[in-house]
Amino acid sequence: MKKTRSATPVSRRDFLKGAGCLTIGFPLLGGEWPAAYFPGAMPAAPPEDTLPGSLQKQPRINAWLEILADGRVRVLTGKMELGQGIRTAIAQVAAEELDLDLDRVEVHLAETERTPHEGYTAGSGSIENSAMSVRYAAAAARQKLLALAAQKLGQPADQLTVADGGVSTRNGKRLTFAEILDGKQIEDEVRLPVALKPKGSYRWVGKAVPRQDIERMVRGEPMYVQDLRFPGMVHARVVRPAGYRARLLAFDRGPLEKEFPGLLKTVVNGDFLGVIAAEEYLAVEAHRFLKQRVRWSAPAALPEGQPLADYLKNLPGETQTVQEKGTGAREPSGGTSLRATYFKPYVMHASIGPSCAVARYEDGKLHLWSHSQGIYPMRESLVKMLGLAATQIHVVGVPGSGCYGHNGADDAAADAALLAMAYPGKHVRLQWSREDEHGWEPYGSAMRVEIEASLDGAGRIHHWHGEVWTDSHSTRPGPEAANLLAARYLEKPFRMESPGYLGGGHRNADPYYVLPHLRIIAHFFEGPLRVSSLRSLGAYANVFAVESFMDELAEKAGKDPVEFRLAHSEDERAIAVIRKVRELIRSQPVAANEGIGFAFSRYKNAATYCAVAAKVAVNTQTGDVRVRRMWAAIDAGEVINLDGIINQTEGGMIQAASWTLMEEVRFDQQHVSSLDWATYPIFRFSDVPEVEVAVINRPEQKPLGAGEAAQGPTAAAIANAVYRACGKRIRQLPIRPEKITG
Amino acid sequence: MAAKITLRVNGKKRTVQVDPATPLLYVLRNQLELNGPKYGCGLEQCGSCLVLLDGKAVPSCRMPVEAVKDQSVVTLEGLTRKNGELHPVPRAFVQQQAAQCGYCLNGMVIAAVALLAENRHPDDDAIRNGLQRVLCRCGTQARVIRAVSQAAQEAQP
Ligand code: FES
Ligand code: FES
Repeated sequence: MKKTRSATPVSRRDFLKGAGCLTIGFPLLGGEWPAAYFPGAMPAAPPEDTLPGSLQKQPRINAWLEILADGRVRVLTGKMELGQGIRTAIAQVAAEELDLDLDRVEVHLAETERTPHEGYTAGSGSIENSAMSVRYAAAAARQKLLALAAQKLGQPADQLTVADGGVSTRNGKRLTFAEILDGKQIEDEVRLPVALKPKGSYRWVGKAVPRQDIERMVRGEPMYVQDLRFPGMVHARVVRPAGYRARLLAFDRGPLEKEFPGLLKTVVNGDFLGVIAAEEYLAVEAHRFLKQRVRWSAPAALPEGQPLADYLKNLPGETQTVQEKGTGAREPSGGTSLRATYFKPYVMHASIGPSCAVARYEDGKLHLWSHSQGIYPMRESLVKMLGLAATQIHVVGVPGSGCYGHNGADDAAADAALLAMAYPGKHVRLQWSREDEHGWEPYGSAMRVEIEASLDGAGRIHHWHGEVWTDSHSTRPGPEAANLLAARYLEKPFRMESPGYLGGGHRNADPYYVLPHLRIIAHFFEGPLRVSSLRSLGAYANVFAVESFMDELAEKAGKDPVEFRLAHSEDERAIAVIRKVRELIRSQPVAANEGIGFAFSRYKNAATYCAVAAKVAVNTQTGDVRVRRMWAAIDAGEVINLDGIINQTEGGMIQAASWTLMEEVRFDQQHVSSLDWATYPIFRFSDVPEVEVAVINRPEQKPLGAGEAAQGPTAAAIANAVYRACGKRIRQLPIRPEKITG
Repeated sequence: MAAKITLRVNGKKRTVQVDPATPLLYVLRNQLELNGPKYGCGLEQCGSCLVLLDGKAVPSCRMPVEAVKDQSVVTLEGLTRKNGELHPVPRAFVQQQAAQCGYCLNGMVIAAVALLAENRHPDDDAIRNGLQRVLCRCGTQARVIRAVSQAAQEAQP
């Protein structure tokens, strides 16, 4: 391992200068941008012996990129833009390999029959899979273009240069990409070895290339599925039941139709109830009317008022030992031992824009515009729910509001599809209300974590025994119909089957430390609320528990918490981010009511490294906790877009700080009662800490997604800071004032 | 129920035929085909739908359209000059890359413009106060604060 060398901090202006031409047309002003740290010199591209996953499945070059007649290149990705800036990252790698200006690359997002099938835009896999597939496809395209140009120009390929969308000879003869191909596309498959551009000569990759779409946003250009408008488009709303298991009792259209003679259609299919109107406001009013009048059967009761941490532990379920090392656990070691129980409640995605979709059904074909994270898997579920063939369903991915996992996007698409089929020939726009989104999205599961560990005489961890109780972390569509909400309420309902045990729940339950004896057990329950994937899955709760417990152990051992972690780390990259954060907080003043807490994890124990520090102020009278500042050091391998990583990490810390201090989905016996921003508050400006992110660039390593690395460390850093500020160890999230004063 | 209502939006007179109780937001988005103001909650809780009403930032999601007949409505689109040049506030947002999904951007920019009209040199607290009603789930607030203070600095004489 090379020693880490910190480069001089690079200002934003320098980065942009380094990035060559800029397509945003004004001077760059403003403060310094955080620096990236470049360890060692830039090596040449390492020899690769496998193709990225998505490319193995779709090896044809023109599945990934098309040469356009006007000299631009269109890149096709099966992933969705979720606000993570994937469009920009993908354009960067393509422009890099083809030596193009960035504005000559157009990115086409997920669309069935048009773009590669890349599953879900999830798990921080978009850079690793999609962007890397595009990198190889673009490099292979370059090789092919050079070879063809060599024939046409009658010169050996190594005498030719690629620039500006064309290939030229030394004496100035030039063919554009389109001329080289005679208007055709490159249908060859990408085959190893592929000559990738040497990393040392990168012009775009690794730089803080500004996203082009932000300017379009501030100009109010149509960007989102919510902004789609079609001639004759009609507006729809769905009236959701009174609870998960509620059934529609009698439904009489009479009063509705009398009150709203202008309604175009009322759709009743079992317990699925929707209205369609020409004017959106009429649909809204009809929805309100029905909400008040429709009667539902009394739904099965939710466990209101029961202590959830105990309730969930006692639910029946499957148990698995997921990790075992050494002689197992729970052995007396002669030293001291410690145990603790942690809890994380149900947390929601809580997108700012509720889910939305547009659908049109005509001549046996369904067209659907959706912000789903997985249009192909969603289509499989739609096939089952609607009884159509896959070829009859065309799905166009259009960005929505940030989703952070599986929110209501697919459900809204399913609603729109059902309504459009009941009202053919028109574009039907279905918009969920705030209450729909808050009350019906699949939440991140509540989780309980128990840890017991012992220290040897030297204050080192001897054994570690962890147990996790969790519901599923993926109930995404594909292939089951019932994973689409509406499917469960149709006249012929699809039953939701338990998805079985999935790994997301014990993600990061095994600490990324050197431990001689380790055992991790996972218990899988089916809890009272609808759940699915929320950013970082189980890692948030598990890292909260593990890293809180590390502080508790360090105290027991009489060690500094950062030193204690370093003493149990042997991965240089882990050590580097831990040290980097310690350096960032070194000269921080800490007042009497303040504390700085620290945490680390490597996401999935196999991906991005992230260490976080948080400085909090606690008012022990009122219980008020303020997160004043947060710092992160992150190593996501090779940096593609520096500012993309910084933005994701800043946002990840702020979002997770909100989860940690405020968030908990509440319910009564009937249904979820957190139905708006008053009953489910999240961070507002007055709550938001200052944030600072240091990125360690590893050009020689695989690039990794950075959007899910900070959540777990954030929770533990805050809890550890609260302990240091006031001596209260909070093990049950959220850290509400009553837990400080109580 | 529908009636003819004339509005002043982004400096232009616009006449629409709608139920006068229709919230301004739906008229702006559907009749006038503007994308800036967004539906977020319909409850005046999130700020996604903010517009400038006679220079003040107000939510448009519950405001009946008939109530704004005599006022000037400016949306995000109205901040861009005719020649395409951006207003200093949205320009600062672009320069600071103060967005992820960008769904909240409308509320952020509108609230910031209204704030700077009242207080040309807001400190950190004043910026937070001025933007308090606007929610962002992606966690871009730290960047938004930087963007607003940059815009304030640039506007200094
Ligand atoms: S949509 Fe108007 S405040 Fe939320
Ligand atoms: S940028 Fe996504 S909600 Fe603010």
